[in-house]
Amino acid sequence: MKYLISFCLLMFASWMPVHAASTETLLEQLTTTKLSKLPDIVEQLAAQEDESLLPVFRAWLAGDLHYVKDSNAIVVEIDVQGNDAYVDPFTQVQLEGISSKDVKKIKVNNKLRGLLRGVIARLQLTSNNADVREGAVRELLADVDEDTFAALENLYPKESNNDVKEMMQTALSIYTAMDKSSSQTSRVAAIEFLGGSLENDVRNALLKLSRDSNEAVAAAADKALVNINRQVERYALVDQLFFGLSLGSVLLLASIGLAITFGVMGVINMAHGEMIMLGAYTTYVVQLVMPNYIDYSIWVAIPAAFLVSGLMGVLIERLVICRLHGRPLETLLATFGISLILQQLVRTIFSPLNRQVSTPSWMSGSWEINPVLSLTLNRLYILAFALLVFLALVFILKKSSLGLNVRAVSQNRSMAKAMGVKTEWVDAMTFGLGSGIAGIAGVALSQLTNVGPNLGQAYIIDSFMVVVFGGVGNLLGTLVAAFTLGIANKFLEPTTGAVLAAILVLVFIILFIQKRPKGLFPQKGRAAE
Amino acid sequence: MKIKSLAAAIALSGATFIAMPSMAADDTIKVGVLHSLSGTMAISETTLKDTVLMMVEEQNKKGGLLGKKLEAVVVDPASNWPLFAEKARELITEKDVDVIFGCWTSVSRKSVLPVIEELNGLMFYPVQYEGEESSKNVFYTGAAPNQQAIPAVNYLKDELGVERWVLAGTDYVYPRTTNKILEAYLKDMGVAEEDIMINYTPFGHSDWQSIVADIAKFGSEGKKTAVVSTINGDANVPFYKELGNQGISSEDIPVVAFSVGEEELSGLDTAPLVGHLAAWNYFQSVETKENEEFITQWKAFTKNPDRVTNDPMEATYIGFNMWANAVKKAGTTDVDAVEQAMIGQETPNLTGGVAVMNKNHHLSKPVLIGEIQDDGQFETVWKTEGVVPGDAWSDFLPGSKDLIADWTDPVKCGNYNTETKTCSGQNY
Repeated sequence: MKYLISFCLLMFASWMPVHAASTETLLEQLTTTKLSKLPDIVEQLAAQEDESLLPVFRAWLAGDLHYVKDSNAIVVEIDVQGNDAYVDPFTQVQLEGISSKDVKKIKVNNKLRGLLRGVIARLQLTSNNADVREGAVRELLADVDEDTFAALENLYPKESNNDVKEMMQTALSIYTAMDKSSSQTSRVAAIEFLGGSLENDVRNALLKLSRDSNEAVAAAADKALVNINRQVERYALVDQLFFGLSLGSVLLLASIGLAITFGVMGVINMAHGEMIMLGAYTTYVVQLVMPNYIDYSIWVAIPAAFLVSGLMGVLIERLVICRLHGRPLETLLATFGISLILQQLVRTIFSPLNRQVSTPSWMSGSWEINPVLSLTLNRLYILAFALLVFLALVFILKKSSLGLNVRAVSQNRSMAKAMGVKTEWVDAMTFGLGSGIAGIAGVALSQLTNVGPNLGQAYIIDSFMVVVFGGVGNLLGTLVAAFTLGIANKFLEPTTGAVLAAILVLVFIILFIQKRPKGLFPQKGRAAE
Repeated sequence: MKIKSLAAAIALSGATFIAMPSMAADDTIKVGVLHSLSGTMAISETTLKDTVLMMVEEQNKKGGLLGKKLEAVVVDPASNWPLFAEKARELITEKDVDVIFGCWTSVSRKSVLPVIEELNGLMFYPVQYEGEESSKNVFYTGAAPNQQAIPAVNYLKDELGVERWVLAGTDYVYPRTTNKILEAYLKDMGVAEEDIMINYTPFGHSDWQSIVADIAKFGSEGKKTAVVSTINGDANVPFYKELGNQGISSEDIPVVAFSVGEEELSGLDTAPLVGHLAAWNYFQSVETKENEEFITQWKAFTKNPDRVTNDPMEATYIGFNMWANAVKKAGTTDVDAVEQAMIGQETPNLTGGVAVMNKNHHLSKPVLIGEIQDDGQFETVWKTEGVVPGDAWSDFLPGSKDLIADWTDPVKCGNYNTETKTCSGQNY
């Protein structure tokens, strides 16, 4: 029955002349029309060129547009302190007495989203904000039709901002270059202008033009493409380097705690990955406790994760590892057992399902340097964070009294003991420090990957690989090894694929260890004994 | 005398000991559940165990089958593939079960197959898989590639105008076979070699930066590009996150996934996924009377109002109902009788319409394409007009083009070559 009515309405609508449909009737139709027919309505609404419809389009694009079941009134869902509330799209007044049960969502799919983006862009060409105007013109680059061309040509002389002006000229040039009715010289000139742009839509337009029937135009397009491709390749190299550094920073974070427990203390700690996992779960719990302050949760999570993992480390050291001193094989088995216990513990407490850790808004998105080169923000922050942690650790080991004791104990335990160093206390603190750092790594990793019981296992092998490759007991070696492996991996991946790249890196390390068993930076002098 | 009576007592107690299980077997019909409850696959498989338990409880409320109560026998193969075979043997020989519902990964199914064929057991397999198989002792209630992958590709091509294809998958048997089928299918449709990019990643891959950058580059050649993803499990989250971070929206390059369902989405932040697609035979959001009842029942059974339903659960639901009907029709739980009674069984889908069990032990089901919404549910954007019969042996692979499976007389073969008219007997 519902379909029948909507069908009748639709037939009715298609018989009516387009301009006769008022905004009200069109909005009314939103509530009854089938998803596949909604694009027609968007186009009719767009034809009204009514700026007051902008909030409707925006809410629709975001999937927040609803209608009240009883009155068919269009409303927008907003979030008021974690609860759904509904406002009128035109007046922005909150409507009382409407709950999520009374409304139904107006559907949206990819086709509609694309259409809506274009419609919004066209309405935003006259926005007061220059960035919005630039974004709007960029949105229109993909499909510059006659109307858009006319509108842009009109706006161009009035535009004051240079960036927007350039973007507009790019759009105008695309139209001119594609327009077969304009003269050859103006088309070639337009193409020459486009040669300086890195926009993806420009490249697509030029690709089409390089197959143009006009030979002069095709040749100009080819020339512009060669120029653009050269630049794109240069930036792709920068991109790849960044990927490598970013993977390196993840490896560094994951392995730096191990560099202390395994490298300095000589304990083969198979539960290291679980320390990372505990840190990630701490981030989850912190976010659970302060759901309204996700943006600041990281600052609480970092010290909290350090404490949780650090205390767990001290506990493990006091209860298990110190009793197995000088028995590496038993230590390996005991810590492996601990890792399984911790995994199952987390499964029992938090369920085996992955937990959702939100990314703070200031860490999401990317830093767009130009249309082909953009660095993702979360990776950028993690890279900086990894280096910071590394420096802090070096500082602690080199300048603090704990660091002095740690180095003394690791070089000559009995002599240090004779000098009055409380070796047992130092052992516990060192292990706690290494585990705490692993916990901090967990906070960073929770932003990149799944937070689940198996998180630690994914990183334990890599961590050992980095520490052994860098030279056991050498922090600088760990740093160099992490970045070397990260960059090598990322440069191999595009040609060999991810699976083979990982294998090749492993083979390389095996060969390297054959040649230099003590890693990149072997310990020298007395410490090496 | 004393010794004699002692011996008699022992003999008697021994006799009752032996008699006990066989008596129990007479009293109830035993339903084996072979799903991992621990290890990496526990995430997905625990749900199916609960589904079977719910169906058993429901059937018992209706009075059981053939006048007997059903009894579920649950074992835990612990995501350990060889253990699946051992547990299957235990279920059939020691626990004496009449039917098994189980397995998720293809490798676990392949491990169970020799056991179940040797002991002539009966198993229902509820997960979408790569096809190229039809065993007399197994009914496949999940989707074959032509019920998921091929319709998804058709949708992308016809509705979205996709011309360039990225086939991305995890490196194991299901993605490799599915991608081989898809590659052959795309080439048949005239897609050029350079318009197909194939990429495999290890299980649990977490660093997607360069692969996503590659996909973006591949998609910037002026032709509409889509990703067909057979990426499995955990690796999906960082993949979609990276897509979002690099600013690739679902309108630029849509990703259609075959392994991402409601259950997987319930554990993650769906914001970067909105608008991406999935192809299944069932979505929780489909509005039918049957589905509404099923969801209410499920939430009541798990005592959790937030629990979601998914496609393999529907496959289990269909499989269980068909088996119950087949047992009624055959009047016995004997494997051979039930197997023959199964063929041609019809039972309502949760998405409307009727599922039919075909001669090749695969179902005819509708195929749905959905877009991911910000609440972790799917919005159906496309549906096949009728039902699609599952194809055991793909028509797009050179090795299996001429093969069919038909378990009715006179063929009675899981691997029958229509050209040479011979049955190879190699069913998997």
